Amino acid sequence: MPKFYSGAEIVFKCLEDQNVSHIFGYPGGAVLPIYDELKNFNSIKHILVRHEQGAGHAAEGYARSTGKPGVLLVTSGPGATNAVTALTDAYMDSVPLVCITGQVPTHLIGTDAFQECDTTGITRPCTKHNWLVKDVNDLAEIMHKAFEVATTGRPGPVLVDIPKDIQFQKAQYKNYRKLKKLNGKSHNNFSQKNIDELISLITKAKKPIFYTGGGVINSGTKASELLRELVYATGFPITSTLQGLGCFPADDNQFLGMLGMHGTYEANNAMYSCDLMINVGARFDDRITGKIDEFSPKSKKVHIDIDPSSINKNVKVDLAIVGDIKSVLTSTLKTLKKSKNNFSKSNKHQISNWWEQIQKWRSKRSLDYIGSEETIKPQYAIERLYELTKDKDTYITTEVGQHQMWAAQHYKFNKPNRWMTSGGLGTMGYGLPAAVGVQIAHPKKLVIDIAGEASVLMTMQEMSTAVQYNLPIKIFILNNEYMGMVRQWQELLHDKNYSESYTAALPDFVKMAEAYGCVGIRAKTPEELDDKIIEMLNTDRPVIFDCLVDKQENCFPMIPSGKPHNQMLLGPKDQKEKKITGKGRTLV
Amino acid sequence: MANSKSAYSFAGKKQKPDTHIIVVWVDNEAGVLARVVGLFSGRGYNIESLAVAEVDQKQNISRITIVTTGTPQVVDQIKLQLKKLVPVHKVADFKREDKNVIFKEMALFKFVANNGKLNKAFEACKKFNPVILDKTNKSNVIQITALRREIDTMSKNLKKFGLVSVSRTGAVAMTRGSEIFK
Repeated sequence: MPKFYSGAEIVFKCLEDQNVSHIFGYPGGAVLPIYDELKNFNSIKHILVRHEQGAGHAAEGYARSTGKPGVLLVTSGPGATNAVTALTDAYMDSVPLVCITGQVPTHLIGTDAFQECDTTGITRPCTKHNWLVKDVNDLAEIMHKAFEVATTGRPGPVLVDIPKDIQFQKAQYKNYRKLKKLNGKSHNNFSQKNIDELISLITKAKKPIFYTGGGVINSGTKASELLRELVYATGFPITSTLQGLGCFPADDNQFLGMLGMHGTYEANNAMYSCDLMINVGARFDDRITGKIDEFSPKSKKVHIDIDPSSINKNVKVDLAIVGDIKSVLTSTLKTLKKSKNNFSKSNKHQISNWWEQIQKWRSKRSLDYIGSEETIKPQYAIERLYELTKDKDTYITTEVGQHQMWAAQHYKFNKPNRWMTSGGLGTMGYGLPAAVGVQIAHPKKLVIDIAGEASVLMTMQEMSTAVQYNLPIKIFILNNEYMGMVRQWQELLHDKNYSESYTAALPDFVKMAEAYGCVGIRAKTPEELDDKIIEMLNTDRPVIFDCLVDKQENCFPMIPSGKPHNQMLLGPKDQKEKKITGKGRTLV
Repeated sequence: MANSKSAYSFAGKKQKPDTHIIVVWVDNEAGVLARVVGLFSGRGYNIESLAVAEVDQKQNISRITIVTTGTPQVVDQIKLQLKKLVPVHKVADFKREDKNVIFKEMALFKFVANNGKLNKAFEACKKFNPVILDKTNKSNVIQITALRREIDTMSKNLKKFGLVSVSRTGAVAMTRGSEIFK
């Protein structure tokens, strides 16, 4: 007699077979049969969040810091719609998520039943694929297929919608068979000819640059190792997008810092002036390119990406290599070593003028800011946080806004998977739940959410989750009482009309921490900052750190909108020298 | 200057748009048309006409024919984005001018008029394989197959013969000769 399992059991058997150890979720009417089954599967631990968006971001943090897919389990209707922001976020930033939603029983679908919504319809544009399970006999296959779609090719979120009656019905369990041939959606079919062309461009280039992105991190830690090897073997400069930080050591001399709207002067100018741009796993996002028509006008462009639809989407490239970064870099290194052993030495002369030019740009010191002894400058706070945590293997998450850019500029990442931030969608409220997910995956590691006071209030309720599971996450709030990035744009573009960007009636974060049952620390002056940070690091419980910073500080350097890379706006020091007057400012 | 007050850059140079016929082979499953059409509307692509039906009952394959206009860059994106959808098997793309491809649309015309006019209407349709599907002493329904523009002209010109209602399909396409699209 074959054994029959309920739909709910099949869900867990699939999760077991996929080696899922943690799921983030929130129960509700339409998923109760699945929750009922939880007690029978000890290998799977459920983390109860306080809002479904939190479940999604926590799963994202889990996925990004481990490279494994994150799993969330929510109910129908509001459960599903609350998860939409996190799914869209994961879709934009290519994070593998499997979202399981409950649905009203099959016979009630389409009747506007209680907590019914068209979940697959709503999530169609923000998932790689989704399924409504109509027959319990299809459930196991769909679940396994969901994991396959989420993790292969360019990773992303998927959703499986399971009506309540299907969760009760019984069927045989179909074991997971790893298919040799994938669904035809995974592309890794570049040729040696592509690689030879790349090598030929590399050997000819006088002003080359590597421009790397999140694809390197998604390709696994080995890809980051190979990237380092290739960058050292060529002696070329390298810059990284926001999502790519960590795949190359930030304190290495060949690293020019982040590029783009708030990237460094040297990185953006090098992008503008280069003659060879090698894009490794990035997607020519509009925050990176600035004005497209004047983006790096004189360069040959190479694009290495696993997603064919990323090629020529925003920027036309001269050589496209569609494949997994790890495989492409392996082939490139092999070919380079075979044809040009000791290339970095033999090529040193050819790119020496380029490096001289880069040093000139570097000497602008575009990340400098004017320090203060009275108020804590936000950049100083990040610098101190970095100095005091750099010897630990620290995981940083962020919210979205000025603090995020300052973190990207001033915190130096040396390893992949240590930096979790919402880049594509720019979701305020991402960092706190993401930190919960990261801490679940790495219980012994230091996890810090660098936050803004406005962002963190959007998902503050997840502190309760952190307390429940004893997750000693540190919420490091750069508190300037403003939605800082909004305020900055209003100052620069809207004649200082600070419309609704000031938050009156902020909570007392220290008391709030105490109310949640965790620890609150406040730093008011630069003098006490170090001691307070050390106090935070020595606390083995969740901490909310309220760091009161300069309220007027802006995030520089900055590429004004509609401008190319070589027309950056530098910080206040430089602005004084250049005397940008009222008229110049409206051009921003 | 209004534009400069934006967090986004301005639109760059525009290429010239062309009309393309995109043929998509998909699994015939719930929601598949919504996925394809949603991709077009979500990314701001055009749909001029759409024809869809199952073509292989055994393997459950439907064939979707979409007429769209776009710059070369947009048409490339359409194809690549379509290929990423899980239920999509293959995607073909033909330019409207392509001589090696046959495009056809079908139209049904209903005429209400006297016999003389009805006969003239049928005569006028002669070039487009007319078939009379229904006839009474004061009306008839004629089916024609033709190109989009031809049907456009016909439905204008036939008004004088008592054309009261037009129903038409989207374009379908097939390559000439023995070759098939793989």
